[in-house]
Amino acid sequence: MSGTLDQLFVDARDAVLSLAGRVAPDSALPWISMGLAVGVIAAIAPVIMMYLTWLERKLIARFQNRIGPNRVGRYGLKQPLADGLKMLIKEDLVPAGADPLLHLLGPVLAVVPAILLFAVIPFGRNMAGADLHVGLLYVLAIGSVSSYAIFTGGWASRSRFSLLGAMRSVAQIISYEVPGVLSVVTVIMVTGTMSLVGIVEAQEARWFVFTPWGLVAFFAFFMSGIAEVNRTPFDMPEAESELVAGFHTEYSGMKFALWYMAEFLEAFAICAITATLFLGGWHGPAVPLWGLLAILAAMTAGARGLGLPARAVGLLLLAGAGLRWGAEAIPSWIWFFGKTYLLVFVLVWLRGTFPRLRADQLMGMAWKFLLPMTLVNIAAAGVWVAFPFPVGTALSALLLAGAYAALIALNRPASLEPRTYLLAE
Amino acid sequence: MRRLIGLGVAKGLLATLREFLGTYGPGRLLLKALGQEGTNGLTTQEYPERPQQHAERFRYFPFLVYDGSPDNLRCVACKICEQECPPQCIHIVMQKDEQGRVAKAHGRTFPAEFDIDTSICMSCRICVDVCPFDAIEMDNRYEYAGQDRFGRMVFDRDALLRSNEYFRTIKPTEAAGVDRRLEAKQKKAAPAQGSAGSGDGS
Repeated sequence: MSGTLDQLFVDARDAVLSLAGRVAPDSALPWISMGLAVGVIAAIAPVIMMYLTWLERKLIARFQNRIGPNRVGRYGLKQPLADGLKMLIKEDLVPAGADPLLHLLGPVLAVVPAILLFAVIPFGRNMAGADLHVGLLYVLAIGSVSSYAIFTGGWASRSRFSLLGAMRSVAQIISYEVPGVLSVVTVIMVTGTMSLVGIVEAQEARWFVFTPWGLVAFFAFFMSGIAEVNRTPFDMPEAESELVAGFHTEYSGMKFALWYMAEFLEAFAICAITATLFLGGWHGPAVPLWGLLAILAAMTAGARGLGLPARAVGLLLLAGAGLRWGAEAIPSWIWFFGKTYLLVFVLVWLRGTFPRLRADQLMGMAWKFLLPMTLVNIAAAGVWVAFPFPVGTALSALLLAGAYAALIALNRPASLEPRTYLLAE
Repeated sequence: MRRLIGLGVAKGLLATLREFLGTYGPGRLLLKALGQEGTNGLTTQEYPERPQQHAERFRYFPFLVYDGSPDNLRCVACKICEQECPPQCIHIVMQKDEQGRVAKAHGRTFPAEFDIDTSICMSCRICVDVCPFDAIEMDNRYEYAGQDRFGRMVFDRDALLRSNEYFRTIKPTEAAGVDRRLEAKQKKAAPAQGSAGSGDGS
């Protein structure tokens, strides 16, 4: 496997380690290996976040028939740098009467778990930062720290908007954690492992989204994930029309940027974990790389925003990559990031389509629909495992369809008779 | 179940996806192949790079119309617009000769000074409506900036002069109407005055 484009990053790590092995003692090598993974993740996470803001602004603009940022650099590509610089040099305001320590701790507490989430995600074949045996448990545990961070920030701001936003946020995150976790239980049941690498390997033959229980769990988990990272249409905690900006109303400068970083990183992590658990992670059909390169070449050739020399250089690079690696299958990490960014696109798509839910609709969705549905889904996964292929699939699909119909019927809003005013006549 | 729950969600998502695809060339081709045309496309006007498209009726500050050469003004300095102007931003002085009698050019009196303070003008178009000679019209230029209040912001006679051809290019419909009116007026005046000279509109 080594020497292929698929293992490019693994090979690079091995090369660095063998170089380090000449000067460092053998006992230090595991630490250097870990440090490399940590360093790469810690360095790449802010870059991912910065360009996620760019991507989101570009995509949402297209949904609204606009162009989006295009002033700073080609296609607005330097916009995130300009924004970061602006955030850095802005004054850091702490409201009078606020708790300065907690006010600082809030955004830090939000960013750290968001970056920690990336430690266990398998970005490609042999490319997980740490293959924990309890990786999934780790993800769920670390992911729920963000509610503490949000409440810390909201409480410490000494502002009613912040506090209200934080309270809404905690209520929402705790509510949606329940169906989120319950939907993941099915994956653990079927694969028998909590290691994310193990879960991906179990999907070699079939992605879990193509099973009846997997489809339901995929939607339930993704929806809960969107709600947990406070994104539209579940962005009640930062409802700007009601709460100014929710829990980060009183934040400015770099602290505000940290809130945003945490939010975008968590959104990205949710997409990555959903891709890992249900969309087969880094698995993908064995399509030769030149297919992808041809599409990229067509896009480069048609990029009117770039000058002709830039396009020529891009085409030459792509042609070189095609000559070197064209016959190989598309590397696992491209599959993984492709799936993740597809889910990111869905996030933006949802944001571009739906207005914010009402508080009771939001809670009702979690408790009255998603929770029973995921409970039934656990039973469906059990049936799917217990019976052989056609019977198990049919039975679990039937079970889930019945539960869906029953829940819809039970949750139908009461249609009241038009009120008659007896004394009005 | 009368309708499938979640169908509306899918419909909404499809509607936005169609608009999204409609902003890209290949996306438009795809939509065409699927028979899903009629999206808005990109509606952004990249204004500083490309001139903005505005409706013909868009108006900003008034200008003075001349026919042929810049000294052949339609304005006779009658001061009706000065009196009617609600924010009183127009200032007119009629040209007099040394003896204090009105001077004439092309058979008409004409203004020696005609100033419009554009920082006061509210673009109401009343001056255009009251002018009996169609001598003042509304321009659609708006990219004006100055560093002092009374320098560039007060347009004098020379700054306000525009040819009738310019008027025809910026507002074809309105200019055609004005031209027709002036022509009719000229024809009516012609039998009374005999052979009217060119540009002798009054």
